[in-house]
Amino acid sequence: MLADALLLQLGYNATLVAIGATLLGVAAGMTGAFLYLRKRALVSDAISHSTLPGVGLAFIVMVALGGDGRALPGLLLGSALSAWAGLLCLGWLVRRTRLAEDAAIGAVLSVFFGVGIVLLTVIQTMSAGKQAGLENFLLGSTAGMLRTDAIVIAVGGLAILAAIFVLRRPMLEVAFDPEYAAARGVNVDRVDLAMMGLVMAVTVVGLKVVGLILIVALLIIPSVTARFWTERADRVILIGGLVGGLAGYAGAALSAAEPKVPTGPIIVLMAFVLFLLSLMLAPGRGVLAALIRHLRFQQRVHLRQGLLALAQAQPIYEVRTRRLLRRAGLARADGVATEAGRARAARALRDEKRWEIVRTDPAHEAAAEFYDGLTDIDTVLTSDQIAEIDARIGAPKGVPA
Amino acid sequence: MMGAEFVPLSLPPMLIGTFAAIACALPGNFLLLRRQALIGDAISHVVLPGIVAAFLLTGMVSTWPMMLGAMAAAVLAVLLIETIRRLGKIEPGAAMGVIFTSMFAGGVLLLEMTDTSAVHLDVQHALYGNLESLIWLDATGWSSLLDPDALRYLPAELPRMAITLVVVALFIAAIWRPLKISTFDEGFARTLGIPTGLIGMALVTVAAVAAVAAFDAVGSIIVIAMFICPPAAARMMTNRLERQIGWSVVFATISAVLGYVLAGYGPLWLGAQDAVSAAGMIATVSGLILGITALAGPCRTRSGAPEGA
Amino acid sequence: MLELATADGRVPADDARKDSPLAVRGLTVSYGEKPAVFSVDMTVPKGSMTAIIGPNGAGKSTMLKAVLGIVKPLSGQVEVFGCPLADQRARIAYVPQRASVDWDFPTRVIDVVLMGLYREVGLLGRLRGAHVDRARSCLDRVGMAAFADRQIGQLSGGQQQRVFLARALAQDADLYLLDEPFAGVDAATEKAIIAVLKSLKSEGKTVVAVHHDLATVRDYFDHVFLINVRRIAEGPVDEAFTAETLQEAYGGRLASTQVDQLSAVLA
Repeated sequence: MLADALLLQLGYNATLVAIGATLLGVAAGMTGAFLYLRKRALVSDAISHSTLPGVGLAFIVMVALGGDGRALPGLLLGSALSAWAGLLCLGWLVRRTRLAEDAAIGAVLSVFFGVGIVLLTVIQTMSAGKQAGLENFLLGSTAGMLRTDAIVIAVGGLAILAAIFVLRRPMLEVAFDPEYAAARGVNVDRVDLAMMGLVMAVTVVGLKVVGLILIVALLIIPSVTARFWTERADRVILIGGLVGGLAGYAGAALSAAEPKVPTGPIIVLMAFVLFLLSLMLAPGRGVLAALIRHLRFQQRVHLRQGLLALAQAQPIYEVRTRRLLRRAGLARADGVATEAGRARAARALRDEKRWEIVRTDPAHEAAAEFYDGLTDIDTVLTSDQIAEIDARIGAPKGVPA
Repeated sequence: MMGAEFVPLSLPPMLIGTFAAIACALPGNFLLLRRQALIGDAISHVVLPGIVAAFLLTGMVSTWPMMLGAMAAAVLAVLLIETIRRLGKIEPGAAMGVIFTSMFAGGVLLLEMTDTSAVHLDVQHALYGNLESLIWLDATGWSSLLDPDALRYLPAELPRMAITLVVVALFIAAIWRPLKISTFDEGFARTLGIPTGLIGMALVTVAAVAAVAAFDAVGSIIVIAMFICPPAAARMMTNRLERQIGWSVVFATISAVLGYVLAGYGPLWLGAQDAVSAAGMIATVSGLILGITALAGPCRTRSGAPEGA
Repeated sequence: MLELATADGRVPADDARKDSPLAVRGLTVSYGEKPAVFSVDMTVPKGSMTAIIGPNGAGKSTMLKAVLGIVKPLSGQVEVFGCPLADQRARIAYVPQRASVDWDFPTRVIDVVLMGLYREVGLLGRLRGAHVDRARSCLDRVGMAAFADRQIGQLSGGQQQRVFLARALAQDADLYLLDEPFAGVDAATEKAIIAVLKSLKSEGKTVVAVHHDLATVRDYFDHVFLINVRRIAEGPVDEAFTAETLQEAYGGRLASTQVDQLSAVLA
């Protein structure tokens, strides 16, 4: 059953939903990456919660006009308009008052959400509102989704991807360095607005699949995950799209195979699993890699400090330094240097002397920048330069190179 | 409003709403000043998985295990956010977004996949609470407030929320000075020997206590709105912390009382039949208050602080 | 044989350390993979006015923060008046960099100064009139008495720095640690601050300041500590603040014209 689902063998509708969710995931992952690089990830939280009053108002208006309140295009239009209003309130609070952006986000999302809930309770009392099913917009539901709905979502996802493709360069520039972008003639406000427009579009398209509370996850988690794997902004966006797409596809397939599993939450949890794996295992920025690096670094610091102390016949107070020296065979249990320890200590001290010369000589200014107490001098200077420095110290005697 | 109707039907939910609003607004002031306003948002989202997990573990819907579960989830969420922020060098907002949405998704998934049809436990209740149903049927009028027999049948949420409010207020009063100093100048606070990390954790924990107790009675919308809106509005009214706290209590009270009244009676005044969500209306009123202070509060803009500020 | 017990003359004798208000040995602090301060020893003489000097990114502020326990060192020991830091906090006052706090915080000038009395008043103790009077007199000492009831966000950079100094004065400490007290302040404030610091010295207190203006070192301080990740030199200004030590601390970053000017100052 699961294999069938993953291979899109569960029928036309399930396949359509899976394709829609995948496209949505890719669009959300990429859009979220721009937002993340601009350091405004949680703005999406305010935007998504602001859609609710629009959904409610659109329903009421459509019913009042004698139509079907549940028509998806109308509801999505309403949600887009109220998300826009939320965004305007957010911008106004940040610019015109002393509130920081995080407080303004919280204020906008809670108040708009509150208004939306009031409208939902109004709708429940309307005769047309009894089975409106608008609650599904909170958490998303693909069960019983109409074929046309799935097509709307797939087309929406494609349209967002096309817009990202067109806008990718100015958005990247603004995310990386808004001031430089402005100096180059990019209209930063307008690009920011376009970025928010994309977030809004993702939210609106995603309402039916993952719901407004969880769409934030699909905007944030893929880009945070992608950041672990690369140091390049353009790749954060591509990998973000990949992670979002994978999560959307796997989640939709799982939920199609097991109807009890709600679509929105399982998509989010798929993304979270990818995040956890990246957090732990990614090379470079991953936890495991960082832990190993840090331990090695600490050992280097302690060893170097210990060697310098040995060379200058100073007492070593740190227990850890002594233990490391002993383990490396450089000192005995009583703290006395071994033969090898004395040689290494003398070399460390000589390196330190060489650095001293380098640091006082303006000619070596560039090299002096590398000094941090740990860097070996022969990784910075050529052997000729070192020989020249050694000549100034006076040739080292009895120290093996 | 006659006592015979007001006391049993409106007084208890109004008081519960007010106590909940103040209990959230008090720690909210400090979260706001520490640029942690959205911690309230995160906490209120993770309460749901906490409650569901507690239900699955104990197999019953009773208040204490669920509140403990929610507390545990809130503290766990804060620890996780801090952990992934440090471990993964992720900016705080994004770290928060990753954790609270994932935990919320986990809660919804658990809820949908287990059979909770027999018990009153659903997502909507978690979001809007059920303030309107917290009525006191044994009351007959104002005199019931002095009648021990009737008082025994007060909705359990009322004393619980009152105690929570007292605990939150006492706690903030007790750590007032270190809390204020470490919020303003963390480095200086540490040189005084103040355990700033512990203080920060204590603040978040007390916020979680308020959120969990309030959530049980009024749902998560009020919780998020009250953490942020009354303190934010209060900040626009004054440049002194003590007065800011005072204003936030006033605004929280107005939001709760006016919101409840508008939700219950507003539709009737407009000729409609049924009341609307009190939780939603309380959040709406708090937003209106914030809007008014943002337009006209005496201290609404940054006070021309010179460079480096 | 290298015996651990036989320390040579480079490390000050133990009783000199015991006397020192601030003695540091083997201090290493690192942000990430690069040490900001590496294996540094420092002994501040009692009653001195010591400047911590070095180029940008040389670890000056980091050193101060590690001494105060604000950042956690990778290794090393800090002794304050011959004891571990935790026992001596009441004897230390700290003036952080101005930019380290949120000046939009809703509080008044006098409230900030009262924070300096926190240790004395205690967790729950009441602030009495006497405390407020003392805070006011500290403000008076830095020329800010008229601003006591202002919101802190309304102050200029120099005024903010004076408020921080007043808070440190309120702590009534024996050792004053200041992080770039003259950075971005007006000339009048600089004069006022140095006057206060000199009067502290005359009362027998010890002052340690991170300082970046080489031209004023001689006028303001009697003792210097030169650092560039490692300790470069330490001692009375006349001995330790020389063209050679500066060249070593600043490397090529000190342009030769600056060196000329400095040698004029040093001469």
